[in-house]
Amino acid sequence: MITLERRPQPSRTWSFLSPLLAVVVTMVAGGIVFAALGKPPVEAIRTIFWDPLFGDFAGYFRPQLLVKAAPLILIAIGLSFGFRAGIWNIGAEGQYIMGALFGAGFALAFYPSEARWLIFPLMIVAGTLGGLLWAMIPGILRVRFKTNEILVSLMLVYVADFLLDAMALGLLRNPEGMGFPGSRNLQQYPAAHNAELITNTGMHWGVIAALFAVVAAYILLSRHIFGFNVRLAGQSPRAAAFAGVSANRMVLICLGLSGGLAGMAGMFEVAGPSGQVLASFNVGYGFTAIIVAFLGRLHPLGILLAGLLMALTYIGGELAQMNLQLPRSAIQLFQGMLLFFLLAVDVMTNFRIRFGRREVA
Amino acid sequence: MDLSAINPLLLLASLMVASTPILLAALGELVVERAGVLNLGVEGMMITGAACGIIFSTLTGNAWLGFAGAALGGLLLSFLFAVLTQILLSNQVATGLALTLFGLGLSALLGQSFAGARPPAFPKLDIPVLSDLPVLGQIAFRHDGMVYVGLLLVLAVWYFLTRTRAGLVLRAVGENHDAAHALGYPVVLIRFGAIMFGGAYISLVRVPQWTEGMTAGAGWIALAIVVFAGWKPLRLLLGAYLFGGVTVLQLNLQAAGLAIPVEYLSMSPYVATIVVLVILAAGRAPGSLGKTFHASR
Repeated sequence: MITLERRPQPSRTWSFLSPLLAVVVTMVAGGIVFAALGKPPVEAIRTIFWDPLFGDFAGYFRPQLLVKAAPLILIAIGLSFGFRAGIWNIGAEGQYIMGALFGAGFALAFYPSEARWLIFPLMIVAGTLGGLLWAMIPGILRVRFKTNEILVSLMLVYVADFLLDAMALGLLRNPEGMGFPGSRNLQQYPAAHNAELITNTGMHWGVIAALFAVVAAYILLSRHIFGFNVRLAGQSPRAAAFAGVSANRMVLICLGLSGGLAGMAGMFEVAGPSGQVLASFNVGYGFTAIIVAFLGRLHPLGILLAGLLMALTYIGGELAQMNLQLPRSAIQLFQGMLLFFLLAVDVMTNFRIRFGRREVA
Repeated sequence: MDLSAINPLLLLASLMVASTPILLAALGELVVERAGVLNLGVEGMMITGAACGIIFSTLTGNAWLGFAGAALGGLLLSFLFAVLTQILLSNQVATGLALTLFGLGLSALLGQSFAGARPPAFPKLDIPVLSDLPVLGQIAFRHDGMVYVGLLLVLAVWYFLTRTRAGLVLRAVGENHDAAHALGYPVVLIRFGAIMFGGAYISLVRVPQWTEGMTAGAGWIALAIVVFAGWKPLRLLLGAYLFGGVTVLQLNLQAAGLAIPVEYLSMSPYVATIVVLVILAAGRAPGSLGKTFHASR
């Protein structure tokens, strides 16, 4: 008879080991799926995880790693606070879109301006504000009417998505775009362009913001009373209430933080790598960031590593699409599987497996 | 714009058709939640069910076998969810999200080779005498079999939950799993059963053709309807028809050429969901909803 016994304290060893184990198990399971699709499994795994970094054309792919990881890390850092406190913002995708719309909208309102020193910083503010305001909707509804923040934040993803379509075709459409959908390209608008800072590294202002967020979140969580309150509210809401932590304020702060960071990520993306407000602008970073947050154990440094790993699967996935004709959905499945296996392996962190007869209580 | 192009009878009739998948999904989720388990994977299960339905019905040429295939897909996914949350004791919110992300990928992978396929339609089931009724006949009695199956299932679940002993036990497990465990009810087993049963219901989705992301948030709307209905089966009907109504109406308005851009009309079901959640969510959730049960304590 196998039984689970609750550990008095979560195992530190297993909380490090389980993400690694989950990645290995996912690679094996993913290999089986790829084999079932008629693709060589080992080559597929190598194409996804090895070739973008050390393969023949790695020089082209390596900069992409930072470009793809930056929004994932920024969003996941924001989400991790809420997830720790038991506040589930799963509408980061919508906040990401709104950040992009606000940021790009602000820049385009002043087109053509030369004042980069003014436009670009204010774009960051506008983008952050856009995501923050969008996240405040579920926040205020939850605080005021006890509405479920999971459902509301998710519904708002679809609303934001349609708003993006409407903006690309309407208000923000490029007046010189020959009637094609999409805004002016911000990459050709020097005052607003979030350009690569060092050539061929992929380093742009969003990457710097992501790294800064990692450090700030680390200090906040381990050294500041706010981080302590977040952890307290998550582990024991009753104790937190007695300690004077306002549950409502916690909801608003956590949602605002995650929304703001998601909005900022959206703004950096639209001003840099993507360049245009287009219907195809969002590619699911807001949802993948949920996987990143969990894979990184909701810890800033873990999120940094997990974000780089997930970015690798995006790039490797594209490479596998080209070289092996692996369908794009296979990568999506792969990312979903990773979260599944992580949650499964995680049982070891909180429980100990006992073999033998169960003792009578 | 030409509002007279909208035929109110056809509108009501198509409302019943449009709301059936959401109704079934909400019904399945309601059973799961009454057993105290929060399954946020509805969207992923629905879309996987839709893909399985297309594959099975195209391959066999039979719409009812497609239906069975959809249920099978849902059963497999919900089995995964049950193992993770009930045996490996994972967080239900996170696992549900994982199920959705996984399901979206899985359905895209399974379905894309059937992208052009036209699965066979259900035969229309005109109920002999009733369908000849002047107004009501056209609205309610000229649908395919699935619409009626959906209505019967709502009644069956209502009867099961409120009029049978097994239903009472299931609700007890959902209200207070520790008390139910102390009374000797197999909490994990009952929840396992509820999750699987709900999974089969949730995935009974039928779409005319495969497209990527074809459920477009219907699963999340189904979750909202459960909250709106206050976890009561008969009120689900009202909720599902309300949302079906908004969806059908906005599609009709789009077709009629209303002066509002299409995108703003397409938003309306989601905005309506939020508004309804704010105004009308009055019910009380099952006491143990979303909490992990471990017998050791």
